[in-house]
Amino acid sequence: MSAPATTPTGEGARRATPTVPAHSGGLGRRISVGLVTPGGAVFVLVALLLVAIMLTNPNFTDPGALIRFVGRTAPIAIAAMGQFYVIVSGEFDLSMAAVIATQVVIAGNVIGLEDSRILPGLVLMLVVGAAIGLVNGLATTLLRVPSFIVTLGMMLALTGLVRYVTGGAATGNPTETFRDIGRSGIEGIPVLEILPWSVVVLAVVAAASAWLMRRPFGRTLVAAGDNPDALAHAGASLWWVKTRAFVLSSLSATLAGILLVGYAGVHPSVGAGYEFTAITAVVLGGVVLGGGRGWVLSAAAGAFALELLFLLLTALGVEATWRDTVQGLIIIAAVALAARTWSGVRRPRAAPSEPTPEPTPEPTQSTTEGDR
Amino acid sequence: MRITHRAVKGALATAATVVLLAGCSTDSIEEPTEASGDDAAQEAGSEEQSEFFSAEDLATQDEQRSATFEGDEATPWLQYLDGEMTDTSQYAANGAQKACFANASISNPWRQTGFITMQQQLEVLVDEGVISEMEVRDAQDTDETQIADIDYFIDEGNCDAFVISPNSTAAMTPAVERACETGKPVVVFDRGVETDCATTFIHPIGGYAWGLDTAEFLSENLEEGDRVIALRILPGVDVLETRWAAAEQVFSENGIEAEDFFTEADPTRIKQIVTDAINSGEVDGIWMDAGDGAVAAVEAFEDAGVDYPVMTGEDEMSFLRKWEETGMTALAPVYSNFQWRTPLLALERIFAGEEVPKEWVLPQTPITEDERAGFLEANEGMPDGHYAKFGGEDLPGFPDAWMDR
Repeated sequence: MSAPATTPTGEGARRATPTVPAHSGGLGRRISVGLVTPGGAVFVLVALLLVAIMLTNPNFTDPGALIRFVGRTAPIAIAAMGQFYVIVSGEFDLSMAAVIATQVVIAGNVIGLEDSRILPGLVLMLVVGAAIGLVNGLATTLLRVPSFIVTLGMMLALTGLVRYVTGGAATGNPTETFRDIGRSGIEGIPVLEILPWSVVVLAVVAAASAWLMRRPFGRTLVAAGDNPDALAHAGASLWWVKTRAFVLSSLSATLAGILLVGYAGVHPSVGAGYEFTAITAVVLGGVVLGGGRGWVLSAAAGAFALELLFLLLTALGVEATWRDTVQGLIIIAAVALAARTWSGVRRPRAAPSEPTPEPTPEPTQSTTEGDR
Repeated sequence: MRITHRAVKGALATAATVVLLAGCSTDSIEEPTEASGDDAAQEAGSEEQSEFFSAEDLATQDEQRSATFEGDEATPWLQYLDGEMTDTSQYAANGAQKACFANASISNPWRQTGFITMQQQLEVLVDEGVISEMEVRDAQDTDETQIADIDYFIDEGNCDAFVISPNSTAAMTPAVERACETGKPVVVFDRGVETDCATTFIHPIGGYAWGLDTAEFLSENLEEGDRVIALRILPGVDVLETRWAAAEQVFSENGIEAEDFFTEADPTRIKQIVTDAINSGEVDGIWMDAGDGAVAAVEAFEDAGVDYPVMTGEDEMSFLRKWEETGMTALAPVYSNFQWRTPLLALERIFAGEEVPKEWVLPQTPITEDERAGFLEANEGMPDGHYAKFGGEDLPGFPDAWMDR
């Protein structure tokens, strides 16, 4: 079940080296093995799609256009990483789009045209986001309601609330200063012309996510999806781990909402469909539905692959009405493929032939696929 | 800080909301016909795209654009085209009567604005002792709900008259017929139904006229071979399809290369579509089948650092303000929002036994650049989701009722 996750400098690795090789093969082999896993292959897919788009539309080779594309895909990539936490722990978060819509409406109504309300507004949005995640998580773990139902209920509740507040129509856009977070960036960057703030936010979130997944929390989270019973026997507090995953998911949706308000403006439909797009992206990134396997950055890459695919379809003149169909087929195909290929690259169980009596000090060797 | 074009809003927010709900709602998802806030064309809600196009209706509406309307231009909500009248002497009544209003929804700014106007008009008629009260049921964009609403009115509403703004054309027809069978006056407005049993059917000229006005404007201001991006809310809605059908015909006649995309009124998607289009080559014009999200489309040009397009939006304040701010070449087609006053004024006539037009066609005139400043001034302080031709300036509560929504 384990995988080449740790660097050989870690303490656990040093101790384990005599019996359990941290990696089977050198760096090059690890990369090549990684690339044939669904979690790695998605990066190849992104590269291929990028080349295809550049061939169909030479304008896309312009670094400025490219970085703007990254910028506008940032919200969905961030949402996908948020969804990753929940999915890898064996749950679903269907409330994501409704959270985005809620946050967008809060931004419009609370911040409004007052620059002085930006900070309090942001704090409020983050608190609301965390609270929604907390409710989702606690209802799933402590009340033992399936997360599918909990987050479905949350989605309907929030959608109803947004509809009540707005009547289903847009209110006003918040101040331009606030919108700049999602709309503008650092200007005067050589080659790129502009570095959108959303790209900066995405980079920070990606780095933090990669770090977090290497922490005990990340390891436990993946273990929770892989074998919750074993984790419970091991004494980990399953409910708290999963609840935090839901909080992270809602906070990601909040962040996506903040960027989207800037990008597009206030409308109750902003974020519509994001829960399914995020799930598709996560699945495309090779994360196993049901949990226990996957890399967080592959989820973000999945989001990029999906958006590039849509872009390619547009460039090829395929009607946008096919978008949902494509998305549906991808989910099915990716899940089917992932189930096969992940099992293909498992390290042979022979390596740690005899069960080591003393458990490794950190859960690094346990069940996880580390992210890279 | 410049004026913030606050809302990217949508004449057709409904569509998006439905999509939100549709994800998991247990209600059956109705045909997308409910998505348009502003539709009037009354042809059958056909499923085939090709069936959306009726050369005859297009010709009729083309003529109506330049027709002379009966009545005072100062009160366009009372104007109508000369035609068959309904004798209402049988409905003449003494004393205040109760009206029952089955509304499709108030889920887009166009409908919200209109509903405010209607309530203010109601106030006048209540004060005059024409109407005792108006009971309103909101179907929230759902056919089933509206059928239940109408049946409730028939059975238990104690109604003296029915006002119905249908959610969709075909599905609502039997319920409207049941209302007609009560022998009480039935006023249908905005979207139509497939029966002429109603006492009067009130609507502006229609979708073809919209499509002709807008596409002709773009064609006049663009060169042959220029590229227009057509932003459409969603397919399958007859009144939106007629707007596009007429526009597409004009574009092809004038050699304009129009590419159409569905946006579901989502400003995110609008901005992405326009940005992609700009990246793939110069975009000379933007055509919209409803002004929802117009600001997001304009912002895509700003963010890409390219010249503004020639554009048609709608008479929503957000678009008018953005239009003025940018100085772009544009036109604001109008799907006359003041029609929300007409149903109650029609009831006033019906209860007085005065004849009303069988099909009450209201004027529908776009706002041009020359007229823009006047409308901006007249609607100063109104929210971005307000519609310039709302026609409620002389009603009580103006302007606060429309300002504080």
